[in-house]
Amino acid sequence: MHKHEKIWLTISSIMIIGFMLFTGYQTFALEMGPPSNTETLDPQKVDETEPFDEPGVYEVGENQYEVVMTLEAFMFTPADIEIPAGSEVTFIMTSKDVTHGFQIAGTNVNAMVMPGYVQTITQAFDEPGEYLILCNEYCGAGHQMMSTTITVK
Amino acid sequence: MALAEKIKDKANQAMGLNEEDARISKSYFTVSFIALLFGGVFGLLQGLNRAGLLELPSWYDYYQVLTSHGLLLVLVFTSFFAIGYFYAGMSHTLGGLIPKVRKMVWIGFGMKLVGFVFSAVPIVMGEASVMYTFYPPLQASPWFYIGLVLIVLGVWMAAFGAFIQVANWRKNHKGQHLPILSFFATGVFVLLFFGSIPVAIEVFMIIPWAFGWVETINVMLSRTLFWAFGHTLVNIWYLTALSAWYVIVPKVIGGRRFSDTLTRVVIILLVILNIPGGFHHQIVDPGITESVKYLHVFMSLAIGFPSLMTAYAMFSVFERTGRAKGAKGLFGFFKKLPWGDARFLAPMIAMIAFIPAGAGGIVQTTNQLNQVVHNSLWVVGHFHLTLGMTVALTFFGVSYWLVPYISKRVLTPAMNKFGVITTILWTIGMSLMSISMHLVGLLGSPRRTSYSTYGDNATALGWDPYLIFLGIGGTILIIAVIMQVYAVFHLMFRAPKGEEEFPIGEVEDKASKTPFWTERWSRTILIMLVVVAMGYVIPLVDFIGYAPPGSPPFQLW
Repeated sequence: MHKHEKIWLTISSIMIIGFMLFTGYQTFALEMGPPSNTETLDPQKVDETEPFDEPGVYEVGENQYEVVMTLEAFMFTPADIEIPAGSEVTFIMTSKDVTHGFQIAGTNVNAMVMPGYVQTITQAFDEPGEYLILCNEYCGAGHQMMSTTITVK
Repeated sequence: MALAEKIKDKANQAMGLNEEDARISKSYFTVSFIALLFGGVFGLLQGLNRAGLLELPSWYDYYQVLTSHGLLLVLVFTSFFAIGYFYAGMSHTLGGLIPKVRKMVWIGFGMKLVGFVFSAVPIVMGEASVMYTFYPPLQASPWFYIGLVLIVLGVWMAAFGAFIQVANWRKNHKGQHLPILSFFATGVFVLLFFGSIPVAIEVFMIIPWAFGWVETINVMLSRTLFWAFGHTLVNIWYLTALSAWYVIVPKVIGGRRFSDTLTRVVIILLVILNIPGGFHHQIVDPGITESVKYLHVFMSLAIGFPSLMTAYAMFSVFERTGRAKGAKGLFGFFKKLPWGDARFLAPMIAMIAFIPAGAGGIVQTTNQLNQVVHNSLWVVGHFHLTLGMTVALTFFGVSYWLVPYISKRVLTPAMNKFGVITTILWTIGMSLMSISMHLVGLLGSPRRTSYSTYGDNATALGWDPYLIFLGIGGTILIIAVIMQVYAVFHLMFRAPKGEEEFPIGEVEDKASKTPFWTERWSRTILIMLVVVAMGYVIPLVDFIGYAPPGSPPFQLW
């Protein structure tokens, strides 16, 4: 094997291993792993299952909120959420029908919300403003209208 | 080798493809490029819609257009091209197809066409707006899925035909290495067969549910089975493009191939590592633990390694060829490359596009970065670089010599220039489109969504300046599509009669001998199955053993 080829393949290996190590460090040491909740529920009985029998915004501590949310064609419940600046919000979500996506534009909040599974994702909102929440997985004819907002005051 | 065999081989190479084998490839290419034409038109309609310039009618809405575009280009254009190309390659390098194999690939052709009609009719009737991924519990007409089964069976016929052809050659050529282009074909058909097993299982779960014989379906299981296939499929088209880079391009530029051993090792690695790569489509899914997702970062990133080996190999071939032609200085060899030759220019741009495309792929496999771009237009930009540039341009480059070769015609200098212009237009259109898709995706604009301002939301309105380029890029691309389709049919039926070369690169004079273990396909396949098991046993056991109650069907369009 040519010397230059050895150098190139060494750099390639270091780069790929580097990506692996960084991902591992961020996931396990900094707890920045992707949304991966594994709780399940009966997708046909969402309305009768806690906590989704009462969707809404709940204050659970100082500057800490939980949003219990259901997604269905083509809406988010609750919609038009308001929270104070500087709060940390955990979204607890499930789908009442098909696969949906939950994305807040301008943040790294991005999760698949699937029937039968409870998905969670946490985000700190420091900057006041209106954020666009949208569904980013095709869910039917009205998919492009499935959106709401979260206003940080 | 027996004398008769030797004569047959020589005759085959001197006289071009025999009539019957040529007809197979011509028919496959005909379907492929008609699919490109229709798929391209659907692409333009989407681009114009996303640019906010065109409202699609309710009798053929955005999601019908998108489903049609995806299936025509990811499934039909590519699979028909790859089969036509590799069957021509096997006929050329293995001394003609054996009659049984010919029959099989024709049966496969028929099954795929019938399957395509079965799938297309529900889409046109508005009963299958479920996209290329058809995630349950969205439910299309059962005939849509039956069509998919027929397409998969048709692909398997072509794969088994290739296996029989290769096995037959090996029986008659004991102790010899399979010619390199047929080695690529073997890798591609092995992946096509094993990669489509998961989707076949998925579709067999769906069909009874679509007919209403069972009430509910396991959503996560079907999604995971889909992606074990879905990503493998696109990597198969990439492996097909690689075959032209390693085997054809060196000959076209007047050089020799890079190390035969490394080429075969790259193929073997891609076959072994590919199938679990699909899991990175599920990085932000519920129901899968962080540890399993992290395991899959290793599995997906590993695919990057053979691609980086390829990058070295290609530039090494360019440099050696350039220097042999008297190039001076560090980058002087670039000037010695035949930039005006469409057979080189198209695959060369395809390779260059794979540098950002591959880097973007690494971003998407890495958990946290994936979360930033998942299901945004970034992803669409990514696969328009990988499939739309890397694969499509390589296929175009192949068509400029292979179509005349099988038609016993020639690529005239005028048609070569036409090909160069097509390539440049395609490059401009696709670059404008995919760069703006990457950027607007980072800002949060979602994929698979018709034009929407979300009630004049300020953030969404901020995406419009980028989205306009989807319309501009699409318009330039449709011109290139029409030119390319014209070129293929011109070269097939109108170009002057003559003999075109089937350019297969030769190894260096002082090349070291390729070790014979590379020919042990049974071992390669065994290792592949072990890797697939490492990636999928834990999640599949989880999805089956700890499944929530299933989902009933929904038709929300």
